Amino acid sequence: MSENLLEVKDLSIHYTVDKSVVKAVNNISFSIKKGEALGLVGETGAGKTTAALGIMRLVPSPPGKIVSGEVYYNGENLFKKSEAEMRRIRGGEISMIFQNPMTALNPVLTVGEQIAEVIQLHSEKKMSKAEALIKATEMMEMVNIEGRRHSEFPHQFSGGMRQRIVIAIALACNPHLLLADEPTTALDVTIQEQVLDLIENLRHKLGTSLLLITHDLGVVAEICDRVAVVYAGDIVESGSLEQIYNDTRHPYTIGLFGSLPDFSHKVHRLKPISGMMPDPSQLPDGCAFAPRCPHATDACRKGIIPKVEVAPGHVVKCIMAKGGV
Amino acid sequence: MSDVKNKAAMKNTDDLGDFSISSRGMTKDIIKRFLRNKTAVVGLVIIVVLAVCALFPAQISDPDYQTLHLDNAFALPSAEHILGTDELGRDMFTRIIWGCRTSLTIGLTSVAGACIVGVTIGCVAGFYSGVVDNVLMRLIDILMAVPNLLLGISVVAALGSSISNLIIAIGLGSISAFARVARSAVITVRGQEYIEAARATGAGDIRLMVKYVLPNALAPIIVQVSMGLATAILNISGLSFIGLGVPAPTPEWGSMLSTGRSYMRDYWHVITFPGIAIMLTVFAFNLFGDGLRDALDPRLKQ
Amino acid sequence: MIKFIIRRLLMMIPIMLGVVLLVFSMLYFSPGEPARYILGDMATEEDVELFNEENGLNDPFLVRYVNYVLDALHGDLGTSYTTKQPVLGEILERFPTTFKLTLLSTFVSVVIGITLGIISAVKQYSVWDNIVRVVAMIGVSMPNFWLGLLLILFFSVNLGVLPASGIATWQSWILPSVAIGCSSAAGIMRMTRSSMLEAIRQDYIRTARAKGQKEMVIICVHALRNAIIPVMTLVGINFSRMLGGSSISEIVFAIPGLGNLIISAINVKNAPLVQGGILFIAVVMAFCNLVIDVLYAYVDPRIRSQYVKAKSKKAVNAAVKKEGV
Repeated sequence: MSENLLEVKDLSIHYTVDKSVVKAVNNISFSIKKGEALGLVGETGAGKTTAALGIMRLVPSPPGKIVSGEVYYNGENLFKKSEAEMRRIRGGEISMIFQNPMTALNPVLTVGEQIAEVIQLHSEKKMSKAEALIKATEMMEMVNIEGRRHSEFPHQFSGGMRQRIVIAIALACNPHLLLADEPTTALDVTIQEQVLDLIENLRHKLGTSLLLITHDLGVVAEICDRVAVVYAGDIVESGSLEQIYNDTRHPYTIGLFGSLPDFSHKVHRLKPISGMMPDPSQLPDGCAFAPRCPHATDACRKGIIPKVEVAPGHVVKCIMAKGGV
Repeated sequence: MSDVKNKAAMKNTDDLGDFSISSRGMTKDIIKRFLRNKTAVVGLVIIVVLAVCALFPAQISDPDYQTLHLDNAFALPSAEHILGTDELGRDMFTRIIWGCRTSLTIGLTSVAGACIVGVTIGCVAGFYSGVVDNVLMRLIDILMAVPNLLLGISVVAALGSSISNLIIAIGLGSISAFARVARSAVITVRGQEYIEAARATGAGDIRLMVKYVLPNALAPIIVQVSMGLATAILNISGLSFIGLGVPAPTPEWGSMLSTGRSYMRDYWHVITFPGIAIMLTVFAFNLFGDGLRDALDPRLKQ
Repeated sequence: MIKFIIRRLLMMIPIMLGVVLLVFSMLYFSPGEPARYILGDMATEEDVELFNEENGLNDPFLVRYVNYVLDALHGDLGTSYTTKQPVLGEILERFPTTFKLTLLSTFVSVVIGITLGIISAVKQYSVWDNIVRVVAMIGVSMPNFWLGLLLILFFSVNLGVLPASGIATWQSWILPSVAIGCSSAAGIMRMTRSSMLEAIRQDYIRTARAKGQKEMVIICVHALRNAIIPVMTLVGINFSRMLGGSSISEIVFAIPGLGNLIISAINVKNAPLVQGGILFIAVVMAFCNLVIDVLYAYVDPRIRSQYVKAKSKKAVNAAVKKEGV
């Protein structure tokens, strides 16, 4: 426990929309050690973002509700903290990089003000606005944006620059844990690389732990130490980068890799996973992936699927995991 | 979060899918959405009640609304006169019911007139754009530059106070809103492919406008009719209040307030009930218009 | 920016010519001779003829129109039939009262409207929200002169705490500004609510929460700064509408304002005063709208940057240089 910076246990988050309950996150459990980078991989709508918001206790409510589970940060249960304590943690201890840089910044405040805000909120001693702004310009320099542009507004920056400003906001207070939600998805491929390098460099410089949420297995391979594959709100397979990439066990993970282009084997066409993710308001009994799984048997379609540790640290949620598929 | 958003987005596109499939399905959809909106239904119910009052005032209340009973002036509300009587001993309830007919008739006629003129101007301006648009919209700007009430006041002052002049006065002030709504609706529709397609089949300008452009610009215009009625009723009562509206002895809410004003210090009921009647009517048309807008454009509500 | 203002001022000219033409022709073609109203029934034919000659009423329509416009350009709006005083002087004498009343009413409407709008939006679908919305709808539907009567009935007649008419003391302004302000407040409340609802769903609000900012600051700074922009336009529109549209309330409260002046002028066919008054109000309204548009550009940086090229940097920049960053 003590070496785990973050530990999420049995977290379930549901949204109630028009009387139907959308089960976005279902009994998800994972942990991150100090300085470690965990990749949370899955399709759009698998509940990755919701899980991250759950850690920050920022799930929009209503319609969202944390139904069950616990989140331990440094051994303390975040769900038992007061709102004021939570505010001190948000942005200071744990911070988040959001998916869409075009909308994540307030259009009517200067970027300097927006970075300075978080600095002022979490500074140890009382800090004047001007002092905070000076620190903000330093942060801007750190993410390779000229500090003198602090008085400009978000619309005067390109998408990549805005994302770097969002990163500057997230890192301004040297957080111990960074939740990065698809930090590169909305960016051009060329800029993606810059942003990833930036996160990587800063992480090593500051020793921050990272939860990287993405659907891009390439990005995960570049940055992460461990990987957790999420399907329909739960982790179906988790392990070290090695284990997941070279000893893939779960049919869904296999499917994910199958739908990636691989340059070493020339294939005529990619193999997409057939079917769609189940409607999260009507999850099937048993394994959520069973309807799309090429190996599914009747046993997959009922009851709770156990998680099996196939190798040290390599956990698979599949009844066929033992023997390998 | 994103999951929910996606779901909502999917639902929305489904709705739009239904839209394009059949217009009957669309109408049904609109009615369904409208009925789900409780406040809008309340508005509709009030409007129906008002319409019944306007159509059958003699059946609902006393057919005689003008005989004086000076011996019974300023009677407070009682079983006999549920809303009391006015300074000339006339039953307030009867006069309010008959006043409904006055207000609705003037309101409907002026808004109908303003709608026809305004929508024509707006359609032509939006359809042809360029110089025509510029000239017509500057004319509308002139109308907008003068506050509605002052415009109405000067019209009635110039032409004399009568019901038909009041209709002109109120109508003139409402034209600009219709012209603007119609113009912007037409402009959004104009560029779409099916208009081009109709033009390609050789449809003339007028045919294009009436058959293809107008029906698709109908929704905002209908909403404006409801909102316009609310404003018209307010303005009618305002003009009547300052003695430029409906001449006596025709019962009208605004003029009832105007005469009641002199006696309000002693008899609260003479200014209370006519005001409630105005408020309720305007309230109903506003609710109805609001609900209609939400029902016609589901995306606005999200 | 200057160019924009000049263009708008130029555009006002034809519209004002049109306004004059509209009012001028209406009064020109109206039945009844002004001379008869002014001089009374006892006046002889000669008196009437003399009056008409003196006031140029015998000239053809176009001549009178052109003369009027030329005079108006020199600030001469004619002479009032009744008082024989210059119309402009009479208007300017009354205008400050109307202007003050409009300012007070706007203040009332902004305070009530924005506060209730924010509450309603933040507590969406709560009991408070529903109450506020229904009250607002009733507010929009109430003729403000009737509200004025009710306020007089309650506060002056029944309680006897506030004066019912005139402008003798500061207390006399309370009832009229509340009566006029309330109906405008209802519209502002509805606009604030819908625009706040949109603002608090934006991603940048989530960013602010993730920074650990207090909810109060998030609502009042981050959300309101964005939501206020469309509300401001409405406040401006209402302001100019109240300048010309509160005439009936001026009568109810016996306030010697411009609207009161125009209405009494209409009753005696005092054409110069009516024309002058309406033209004056139209010009003031047009100026108000222009001011609103300029202010708009200053509140929304996205619009501002279209006009203002990289402005001289703020004092903070100097501080940054001093620190040698």
